[in-house]
Amino acid sequence: MIWIDTIVQGILLGGLYALFAAGLSLVFGIMRLVNLAHGDLIVLGSYLILLLVSALGLHPFAAVLVAMPAMFLLGWSLQKLVLNRALGEDILPPLLVTFGLSIVIQNALQESFSADSQRVSAGALETASVSLGPVTAGVMPLLTFGSAILVILALNHLFYRTAIGRAFRATSDDAVTAGLMGIRPDRVFALATAIAMLVVTIAALYLGTRSNFDPSIGPARLIYAFEAVIIGGLGSLWGTLAGGVVIGVAQTLGAAINPEWQILAGHVAFLIVLLIRPRGLFPREA
Amino acid sequence: MDMPYAVTTRTSASAIALILGLSVLALLFAAPAFVSRGLIQDLFFILTMLVLAQFWNLLAGYGGLVSVGQQAFVGIGAYALYGSVILGGADPVSALLLSGAAALVLAVPTAFFAFRLHGAYFAIGTWVIAEVARLIIAQWHAVAGGTGTSLPRDALREMMLVSWVQDTLGVRASAARDILAYWLALALAVATIAVIYWLLRSKRGLALAAVRDNTEAAKSVGVDAGRMKWLVFLTASFGTGIAGGLIYLQKARISPDAAFSVTDWTAYVIFIVVIGGLGTIEGPILGVLVFFALQSLLADFGTWYLMALGLAGIAVMLFAPRGLWGLISERTGLQLFPVQRRLTGGLLAQSNRKET
Amino acid sequence: MTFLETQGLTAHYGDFQALFGVDIRLEPGETVAIIGANGAGKTSLMRSLTGVLQNAPGQILHKQEKIGHLPPDTVMKRGIAMVPEGRRLFPSLTVEENLIIGGQHKGGADLGDRIGSWLARLTGSSGPMDVAACRDGSGYWTLDTVYALFPVLHERRHTPGTALSGGQQQMVAIGRALMSNPEILLCDEISLGLAPVVIRDIYAALPLIKDSGASLIVVEQDISQALRVADRVYCMMEGRITLSGRPSEISREDIHTAYFGAAA
Repeated sequence: MIWIDTIVQGILLGGLYALFAAGLSLVFGIMRLVNLAHGDLIVLGSYLILLLVSALGLHPFAAVLVAMPAMFLLGWSLQKLVLNRALGEDILPPLLVTFGLSIVIQNALQESFSADSQRVSAGALETASVSLGPVTAGVMPLLTFGSAILVILALNHLFYRTAIGRAFRATSDDAVTAGLMGIRPDRVFALATAIAMLVVTIAALYLGTRSNFDPSIGPARLIYAFEAVIIGGLGSLWGTLAGGVVIGVAQTLGAAINPEWQILAGHVAFLIVLLIRPRGLFPREA
Repeated sequence: MDMPYAVTTRTSASAIALILGLSVLALLFAAPAFVSRGLIQDLFFILTMLVLAQFWNLLAGYGGLVSVGQQAFVGIGAYALYGSVILGGADPVSALLLSGAAALVLAVPTAFFAFRLHGAYFAIGTWVIAEVARLIIAQWHAVAGGTGTSLPRDALREMMLVSWVQDTLGVRASAARDILAYWLALALAVATIAVIYWLLRSKRGLALAAVRDNTEAAKSVGVDAGRMKWLVFLTASFGTGIAGGLIYLQKARISPDAAFSVTDWTAYVIFIVVIGGLGTIEGPILGVLVFFALQSLLADFGTWYLMALGLAGIAVMLFAPRGLWGLISERTGLQLFPVQRRLTGGLLAQSNRKET
Repeated sequence: MTFLETQGLTAHYGDFQALFGVDIRLEPGETVAIIGANGAGKTSLMRSLTGVLQNAPGQILHKQEKIGHLPPDTVMKRGIAMVPEGRRLFPSLTVEENLIIGGQHKGGADLGDRIGSWLARLTGSSGPMDVAACRDGSGYWTLDTVYALFPVLHERRHTPGTALSGGQQQMVAIGRALMSNPEILLCDEISLGLAPVVIRDIYAALPLIKDSGASLIVVEQDISQALRVADRVYCMMEGRITLSGRPSEISREDIHTAYFGAAA
């Protein structure tokens, strides 16, 4: 029975990783840009929520609504003013620019908030739990997983059912021809990053309320997100959720055997998938 | 009158550079006789960072392989040295070869996995493997204790060549160890630059440039892109492993978090290469000097220093993607390590003469 | 009033110069053909006219306004649409989506554009033209009229654009450009790689497009096809205009010389 419980916890943890990954996946899908500062932007979001909660006395779920427009604007400006300049044939500039950004964000957070661990309090929600048949699940993990599903549904709707999504896909296919259709690729990219920042803010809410965080933990979140994307297969958001679940289950199982093996088990699961299914579990047909 | 054509890579600046370089080398070699121990330690730091930067530049600037996981090879090299000294009683200096060998052994599965990923995903893939290496090494409780491990005093005292240095220069044992490590770092840096320069000037260098610029086109003219990537990756891993062993031989104390630090062994290295000039041998040399100057001036400011470094890296990448050396060589045409083949002599030389 | 004209148009790809002082003009209602061998500069001319290649502002005039420097999206919003060489359909979009996207950004009704221009105004980086200012009334071309022009596209409207045959893809590319109801339609090598019977079908659509009120510039390697539809012809060689005139006024020999250089 304890194993079932462990696996359920792992699946729910996978929802968190899918939230980390969805924004990364969106941006990569549209402009082939891997943002190495993605994890640090999530942590930045957590600090923003923390600030809103402690300064304005907002509930974290209300604070996230206030943080979202700010993060949207941040993403839009970041892409428009910095990242668009780095995009091109050569993959090095965007990689190195976002790597530099990662270092800048980490140290700016440390300068502003110190290196101490922080946590956003979600009140009674933190300890609330419901029993699902033989296992009990925390309300926060369930909310996380539910949010991941909602985010993926919303992104898929945006991508495949709206004019913006059409422009996203067209620009991703062929930016020059998209320009001939009246689309401005630089604005499409800016909008895509801005939307990814909305997802980042939701991820930041759960990162901040479920565990302690400090300015240095961004890169590890980037790695989990990246592993979820690769395991799922590029271009499939449901695959990304599955990838998150694989990492989550591997981590909780590893931790159940030996607490020191938690993170390692997630990485090993990733390497095994990479070995047997190099294009991921659900590759989009090329 | 026809003059024969000749293909050359030599420039007159490169000849002057050779003479200057040899003089600087002689000076550096003799430095322990007349400079302070603190300066020797600084020079050791500069030289080892230069080695790491040259190898990262070989990967990214010439091979198109942007690795964010070089700390894996620093760490594994360092722990191979500590393991063989602590458990096997090996001599620390000769154990440096084991550092390189261990890095090679790790490089094979790393390349096997990471080469399945492309571009940016290759970058994060190498990072994941470095994390795996760190986590596994941290489980090796005999050598990698949680808070850190020191090299045994006996091993340090009986280290090869130390007593010779002590007698020759008339210094104390601890200074002699620093001097020995410094000389090893100097030799490693010279060997690194020589090997990379030779690699780039050989036929393989041309193949490498072809692979970086266009893998498909390179394949179509018969360049084995896969083999070139392996060659570059294994070379860089081996050298990075030895550098890792040497760095921690000098520090004499190690912990998994420090030895596998992405900031110390990859982030700094990337900034050195990017600021100095990617894809040139001169770039990392200039970059490491700038980096050291910045660190000496600003290190007291901690996080501000790192922020400035990050911003400088971003600015260089956006506004001068070929780095400081790129700016210099654009203005002056200066090349200290020319790798381009130029056609000289024959009609070309005559028409040049007519113009002047 | 001349609709569209170039004055001493030059174009460069890095150090390589592709166009050397090209002068062409297009009057309202005209169909102009541009012929020439591979590498004559025809596609460079098209890329300049659409803003894909940037030029000096005064080298291209649209209704007497300098547009040489404008980016492709702004040129398109002025009513100049392009059927690019090689069709260039969007593989991730269905046939119908390919058509829709041709029209959806014309009027600036798209949310993305609106957010974009709103944010651009906020950050003071507004583009050269306000998107909303380009909005015009609905035109002749809609999904229905495009499907009426090319009925086969209606049957296959939910398949990915790139799953169609070459001729059908060309129809999508033409329909996609029409969806913005352009005043000027540029067609780059629309017969390239197609079977003669398919070419005939595609060219049969051009008079209908003309009747809808568009002026056409047709780039062709197929001289006889071009001469049949054009009111005027320009011949290009090595980045220059080597011949221009009405099809009835120019002889085969003139064309041969202009096309291949000095008569062999």
